[in-house]
Amino acid sequence: MAEALSQSGKARLGRIVIYTCLLIVALLYLMPLWVMVSTSLKPLDEIYGGSFIGLPKVVTLDAWRAAWSQACIGTECTGLKPYFVNSLLMVIPAVALSTGIGAINGYILTKWKFPGANFVFGLMLFGCFLPYQAILIPMARTLGLLGLAGSIPGLVAVHVSYGICFTTLFFRNYFVSLPDELTKAAMVDGAGFFRIFWSVILPTSIPIIVVSCIWQFTQIWNDFLFGVSFTSGSSSPITVALNNIVNVTTGRKQYNVDMAAAMIAAIPTLVVYIVAGRYFVRGLTAGAVKG
Amino acid sequence: MSTLEIDRVRKSYGHFEVLKEVSISIGTGDFLVLLGPSGCGKSTLLNMIAGLETISGGEIRIAGKTVNELSPKDRDIAMVFQSYALYPTMTVRQNIEFGMKIRKVTQADRAKAVKTASDLLQIDHLLDRKPSQLSGGQRQRVAMGRAIVREPKLFLFDEPLSNLDAKLRVDMRTEIKRLHARLGTTIVYVTHDQIEAMTLATRVAVMKDGVVQQLDEPQAVYDRPANVYVARFVGSPAMNIVPAVLEVQGSTATAVIDIARRPAARIAGITLSSEALQRYAGKKVLVGIRPENFSIATGAAPPSLTIDFDVVEPTGPDTLAVFQLGGVEVTARLPPKQAHAGQEAALSVDTSKTVLFDIESETRID
Repeated sequence: MAEALSQSGKARLGRIVIYTCLLIVALLYLMPLWVMVSTSLKPLDEIYGGSFIGLPKVVTLDAWRAAWSQACIGTECTGLKPYFVNSLLMVIPAVALSTGIGAINGYILTKWKFPGANFVFGLMLFGCFLPYQAILIPMARTLGLLGLAGSIPGLVAVHVSYGICFTTLFFRNYFVSLPDELTKAAMVDGAGFFRIFWSVILPTSIPIIVVSCIWQFTQIWNDFLFGVSFTSGSSSPITVALNNIVNVTTGRKQYNVDMAAAMIAAIPTLVVYIVAGRYFVRGLTAGAVKG
Repeated sequence: MSTLEIDRVRKSYGHFEVLKEVSISIGTGDFLVLLGPSGCGKSTLLNMIAGLETISGGEIRIAGKTVNELSPKDRDIAMVFQSYALYPTMTVRQNIEFGMKIRKVTQADRAKAVKTASDLLQIDHLLDRKPSQLSGGQRQRVAMGRAIVREPKLFLFDEPLSNLDAKLRVDMRTEIKRLHARLGTTIVYVTHDQIEAMTLATRVAVMKDGVVQQLDEPQAVYDRPANVYVARFVGSPAMNIVPAVLEVQGSTATAVIDIARRPAARIAGITLSSEALQRYAGKKVLVGIRPENFSIATGAAPPSLTIDFDVVEPTGPDTLAVFQLGGVEVTARLPPKQAHAGQEAALSVDTSKTVLFDIESETRID
């Protein structure tokens, strides 16, 4: 009896240690976010007054307002708003196209195998490991030839072609676990290439579509290098504009505006994770759709 | 009219030949079972009939029409797959209707066809469920329903029962037989289970290494196997194949088999053609005896052999007795309680059912 008690006592102590550790780590991890949020809500004078970590004495949304619509980027004081719109105009078609093409690629590579299909897949896989920097100059040249240099459609094209490697990998690995008999049954039923894709394969693929969308959305929304390389001025995506707000200032550094701007730039990916996150894990761990 | 002719059909992947000149022909209403172990090419052949695999050589004709170049949907066939291959996101009704929708069958006709098929298969209460909510047997029925509404010239079944448990497999086997009797459609059915082949088929094609070993009615395949391979593959327990020497007396032959520490067994009265009698007189042959063709010798007929039982396995309806004959292990199927391990027994053999094989080519001697 006494032994059992001390056993449970030990277990409880273990729990306490574990939770304390987790709590400390979580606090440590959340610290930067806390600094960002609190700083963005403080007036500039309070920040320069020395309070960096503490609660704001006066809560004001001025910095958020400034970041959204007033902050100066280069010579124009429009705030992040137009660049946020730019990013949306870039990310939506880029995610849709790369996911769609990846799905069709995966479908062909698994259900309509042709001689050399595995070789082609290997080449696409290789594309996943290409460093961004390596393709900057050839890509700039290509965009120039296509007449897309410095424009949002050009940026969409870059992200789509870069993203296809990853989305193809996702869909190929998902579809390979779908039984081939499914496509055969549909063929006997009289369905063609696209009918099978649309009516039989895609409806089973919601989890992997979500995974692909989240992955592509985060990659493309957060990309800085392609944005800064292939666009300029008013066609820049939000990440480039954010950099310009933070790094190009005259007079006192506006920490509160910088923080607010950074958070505005981060919110969309956060929202995507919260809305679709549970599918993300499910899709990554999803095995065969057992019939 | 829904005949199927497979005319010298070949299939190769690169240099590897999967099917070597297969020729099979069946008539309207026949139930053809392609029987063989995995890798014998039977599923490949079925897929070629369906149009899911290309044909490397030869011709396949359905109802007299060459279908080599036709896509599956134009061959007027329906297929049931081993994994059932039900569309996972569609309800049972949508699964059954899918093909008709593609063929642009009207709503009213679709509903009627679904009703008929679901009544026939007793799945009308399942129509609004998803495949994941069905048991194996129910999925099997839905897969058959999907095939039936097509009203095809030819049904193709690819090992449809192998994913079911033993009890259900027997039930569904009866169901398929009943369905065939009611619809009268020509069926090609692939299986590695010889019992399924025996019970269902009107014609069995036993296949091995891409070659049809024998094409005949099931009983003929069982009684007169074309070669040792077929003899061993069909029937359970398998046919006993024992080396012997043939002695000829007039128009019949006697197979003489050595038994350790006992007088040789003499299976007399085997009828053969005079040609075979001449050719094999005094030669070594293989004797094929089905387990049920042994019996305990009674006073009336003289025993063919006297042996000692090694092992005795009662199965209920009968007892399997194992003993040594001609240096190989042999099984006899005897009435219950007639055999005991270690017991000496005199057995007689039904010579009208005994088959002889050439020892070199292993083909049947007639």
